[in-house]
Amino acid sequence: LSARDAADGGFTFTLNGAPERVEGVEPHTSLLKYLRARGLTGAKEVCGEGECGACAVAWVAADRAGRPRFETIASCLVPLPEVAGRELWTVEGLSHGSTPHPVQATIVAAGGSQCGFCTPGFVMTLFSEYYRADRGAFDPATLAGNLCRCGAYGPLCDAARSLGVPSAHDPFVGRPAPEPLPPVTYGATGRRFLRPRDLRGVFEALRAEPDARLLAGGTDVGVDVQVRHARYPALVSLSAVAELRRFEQGDDALELGAGLTIREVQERLAGRWPAFEELCRAFGSPLVRARATLGGNVCSASPVGDASVLLLALQAEAVLCGPDAERRLPLERFFLGPRRTALRPGEVLTALRVPLPAPRVQRFFKAARRALDDVATVTAAFALDLDARGRVERARLAFGGAGPAPLRVAAAEAVLQGRTLDRQAEADVVATLREALRPAGDWRGSAAYRVALVEGLWRLFRQAHGGRS
Amino acid sequence: VSVVGRAVPHESALLHATGAALFVDDLAVRQAGLLTAWPVTAPHAHARVLALDAQAARREPGVAAVLTADDVPGLNDTGLARRDEPLFPHEVQYHGQPVAWVVAASEEAARQACERVRVEYEPLPAVLGIDAAIRAESWLGDELRLTNGDAQAALDAAPRRLSGELRVPGQEHFYLEPQSALALQDESGLLLVHSATQHPAQVQDVVARVLGLARHRVTVQALRLGGAFGGKEVQAAPFAAVAALGAWRCGRPVRVRLSRALDFALTGKRHPFLGRFEVGFDDDGRLLALRLRLWSDGGWCLDLSEPVLQRALLNCDNAYAVPVIDVAGRVCRTHTASNTAFRGFGGPQGSIMIEECLDRVARTLGLPPHEVRRRNLYRAGARTHYGQPVEDAERLERLWSELERDGDYAARRAQVDAWNLQTPDAKRGLALTPVKFGISFTTAFLNQAAALVLVYADGSVQVNHGGVEMGQGLHTKVRQVAAEALGVRLESVLVMPTRTDKLPNTTPSAASSSFDLNGAAVQRACETLRERLGEVAAPHFGRPAAEIVFDDGRVFAAGAPESALPFGELARRAHLQRVPLWAAGFHSADEVDLDPRTLRGRPFSYFTYGVALAEVELCGLTGAWRARRVDILQDAGLSPSPLVDRGQVEGAFLQGLGWLTLEELVRDERGALLTLGASTYKLPGVGERPERLHVRFLERAARPGAVYGSKGVGEPPLLLAFAVREALRDALGAFGARGVVELPCPSTPEVLLRAVARARGRPL
Repeated sequence: LSARDAADGGFTFTLNGAPERVEGVEPHTSLLKYLRARGLTGAKEVCGEGECGACAVAWVAADRAGRPRFETIASCLVPLPEVAGRELWTVEGLSHGSTPHPVQATIVAAGGSQCGFCTPGFVMTLFSEYYRADRGAFDPATLAGNLCRCGAYGPLCDAARSLGVPSAHDPFVGRPAPEPLPPVTYGATGRRFLRPRDLRGVFEALRAEPDARLLAGGTDVGVDVQVRHARYPALVSLSAVAELRRFEQGDDALELGAGLTIREVQERLAGRWPAFEELCRAFGSPLVRARATLGGNVCSASPVGDASVLLLALQAEAVLCGPDAERRLPLERFFLGPRRTALRPGEVLTALRVPLPAPRVQRFFKAARRALDDVATVTAAFALDLDARGRVERARLAFGGAGPAPLRVAAAEAVLQGRTLDRQAEADVVATLREALRPAGDWRGSAAYRVALVEGLWRLFRQAHGGRS
Repeated sequence: VSVVGRAVPHESALLHATGAALFVDDLAVRQAGLLTAWPVTAPHAHARVLALDAQAARREPGVAAVLTADDVPGLNDTGLARRDEPLFPHEVQYHGQPVAWVVAASEEAARQACERVRVEYEPLPAVLGIDAAIRAESWLGDELRLTNGDAQAALDAAPRRLSGELRVPGQEHFYLEPQSALALQDESGLLLVHSATQHPAQVQDVVARVLGLARHRVTVQALRLGGAFGGKEVQAAPFAAVAALGAWRCGRPVRVRLSRALDFALTGKRHPFLGRFEVGFDDDGRLLALRLRLWSDGGWCLDLSEPVLQRALLNCDNAYAVPVIDVAGRVCRTHTASNTAFRGFGGPQGSIMIEECLDRVARTLGLPPHEVRRRNLYRAGARTHYGQPVEDAERLERLWSELERDGDYAARRAQVDAWNLQTPDAKRGLALTPVKFGISFTTAFLNQAAALVLVYADGSVQVNHGGVEMGQGLHTKVRQVAAEALGVRLESVLVMPTRTDKLPNTTPSAASSSFDLNGAAVQRACETLRERLGEVAAPHFGRPAAEIVFDDGRVFAAGAPESALPFGELARRAHLQRVPLWAAGFHSADEVDLDPRTLRGRPFSYFTYGVALAEVELCGLTGAWRARRVDILQDAGLSPSPLVDRGQVEGAFLQGLGWLTLEELVRDERGALLTLGASTYKLPGVGERPERLHVRFLERAARPGAVYGSKGVGEPPLLLAFAVREALRDALGAFGARGVVELPCPSTPEVLLRAVARARGRPL
């Protein structure tokens, strides 16, 4: 043991109701690998990139009122030390003696398992769903983060529909509210995992570990670690930083903390921002949305970047914070190219400011190969203000997958100025977009297809809001 | 009380749902001193290995061994039909092929050490894809040909003719459980290999061959598989051989568990096919002659490519009577992983060709494809192009009419057409397609199975058979058969893990026939036991053995259930009377007989039929589509286990839908696969399930001679996804396409949008 390892100690969490102490495990080790090595082999490794849900487990998190709730996550993407201080449940912990959990019993009775490899993951997804306080009629998209190659979706949906409500004696009902996440300073085998509680701690960590990888929800970094076998001297987790979890609606702006998960954004903006609802529904899967953060999605600067495209159309600003100063940058200037941003070393994206009032008409579209849980081929966000006679006062058209980074097309916005959304305007915008955009093709979509999608999504929008005229 | 025919959950369902069901790698992590093997993979599709230096890797921390050809005590080959699959190659034949394996204390340590193995390659030209192979005349095996008349004369005589081609893509199995093996050596030097294999006997053969052992020193167990779909029929063996070799060399348990990316890179897929066809037909759309030439991409070695191609030839009629067929095919040898069995086994690739022909014929004539399909269905008394009578052919017409009626075809046709007139940028499509699928291994000797049934003196029962449980519900059905045949309750019967030390020389679980074969063997064994027990019961009840009833765990004389003996009590008495309480059962499908040269004869025990009616909606602005409703009417004979069979039908249909519309394997110019995981290779998810999916089984459909009147349904419903493809084509027609509508596979949103653009006369 080096001196550093000795100083870094271990951490604890609660595993299926019992305390669990971890020491000496390499910090990149995924929660999944740890559980399996520990003999809890119900969670399976199938894809290693958070796509299939076979490794799903649930932990207890606080909802916005501080009440406990279960969140099902992909354990393959979670670096083990991230569970420090958490209450974690695996499929093995749900049954009571020889009595299966109601979710397990329902899936069995419905014929929801064939080969059985994916079944624990489906159980964990429906487990959290079973206890969700605002659970309504079952939506099949709840299962979008779990894949079943045997194709048992029908019986699994049947099972989900026939789930009753938890009884008052259910041991999973009325659990204590979780404590705030403790800070973590952990190391083993020469690598470290740091989870500071505030921004100042983050800057200190980055000073001490200049080659550290910052980690928000980890749904991108986890893929690098698991699939591409990336290893860093240190991982610095942002998940305990309270300053990143702000949600403030002022008079002139809505400020969304960069550390809010997509699920949290979805819940907080439900019924108020239709485009955000469209974005969140189309974003990954429930398992991904429970972890992925708004800031993480923006910082990944993917050319299709779902949230980035909507935020561009809403003219959001990035709030960037370094050890010494804070600055604001219009999002257009934040993206420098594919996976390249204007973040300086040591700087953290802390929030996204969406100016108010919000545009009257706002929509988000995502075109992908698969209906749910897929990387977009093209994304589009449209935000318009119309005057009383339906003429465009202000138009913002943003696209992903149409260039090296998410972008707005000012020329097309100018074309719409002062016009009604009629067929001629539709055609003129199409012509401008075709002129302006030169996307590169790849195997997710050829250049011609991407242009056609940009056009098609615009036409869908225009026809929905401008009618047949 | 009938147990067979009851809708019961999978026999391991509770274990699945509680996480207690163990798979190979779950067994592995429970081993003390476990070592993990990881491959050193070649970065070329074709190259000579000039030098391999593992010295540095052997010195890495945690490394127990670096396995190379020098470590093989037996034969360095894992091939099936030929000795053409070196485990450690001197010449690399596909991108990613393992040239050595590091065995180390952890996956992490093994992966790191792999990077320290120095390999020198001399790159060689690679043949990639069917077209390149045809140009280079790069073949595996000889041409296969099947003909039942003078096709040229029939084509010449036909009033009308057309020709064309269709390419059908490969498909990754994406069994959720990757290839896995765990090898252990016991105190006497025998090997136990846990393998995720559909074919334990072949794994045993390969392991014994590589280690230079007699087979009786190697035991292979397949407890349960996390999906297989053909991908583990023969391709589990090399990984089991590596684990066994590692255990042999290191004296410790060794596991192999491929990462998803490795599984993609190293294992074969469904065979891509190219078909070129010429059909003769009359003005009513009746087919008169078909000449079909097929090329499949076999990959680097023969594997199962020959029987796959053979089944494509045999299935190229699908459900249609064509007076003269001349079909021939070749397997292309290319520098990719060796393509292999995948649910349907060439059947889908063969059958899709005639569906393509029929659609083109209909559109050429301006007739509804629906009508043209129906006109060409097999009728009673027909024979196939290989000469087998189409037994129960009248079921096709019955299925078609019943589904038209239950699916409300006529009214919905009108609704769809009316809707399409109202919506310029979205169109709906409707199509009904049939399937006829022959059940049996076309390799005759494989149509055999054995069982060993043990009754303990307390009346509890263990069943051993040669079939592998991979999610298809085989053990569930077998358990029902044993309970039914012995007249005991389901809970009294356990189906034991499949092991080569229980039954030797078993057949792979494949070809939709594992229940037919193993179920029949179990039934026979149970009947033997029941006869013996009947003889014990007869004097007790004072009635002849023929009048003894075994039902629901009770044994009584007919008409006198009140004086029943518990089954366990009878077993105890039988044991005291020295009556053997175990029995073997054997079943052989002797009717199967195919001339391997002419491909004529009776390759199948029987045919399974089905029909599907699909309605889709296609967006003309994005190419996005969804299946609004799919109705399936499946002939399953008398389904022995309706819950299991419904799962098989829905699952196969969804896999077919994925193959035809969603899943796409993309390679770069070096032959390296770019789609190596779930984020790039998209499987059907819950969103691909049709909004409404109705599966019904044909009634009054018992098949005499099969196990309790049942039929195999593992593979046939995969072909029902043709209905979705044809419904999409129907929608394209509504966008204005005239004449033949070309629809490449897989018909992804991009492909569909391009087709819409062509139909509108404004190509992308």
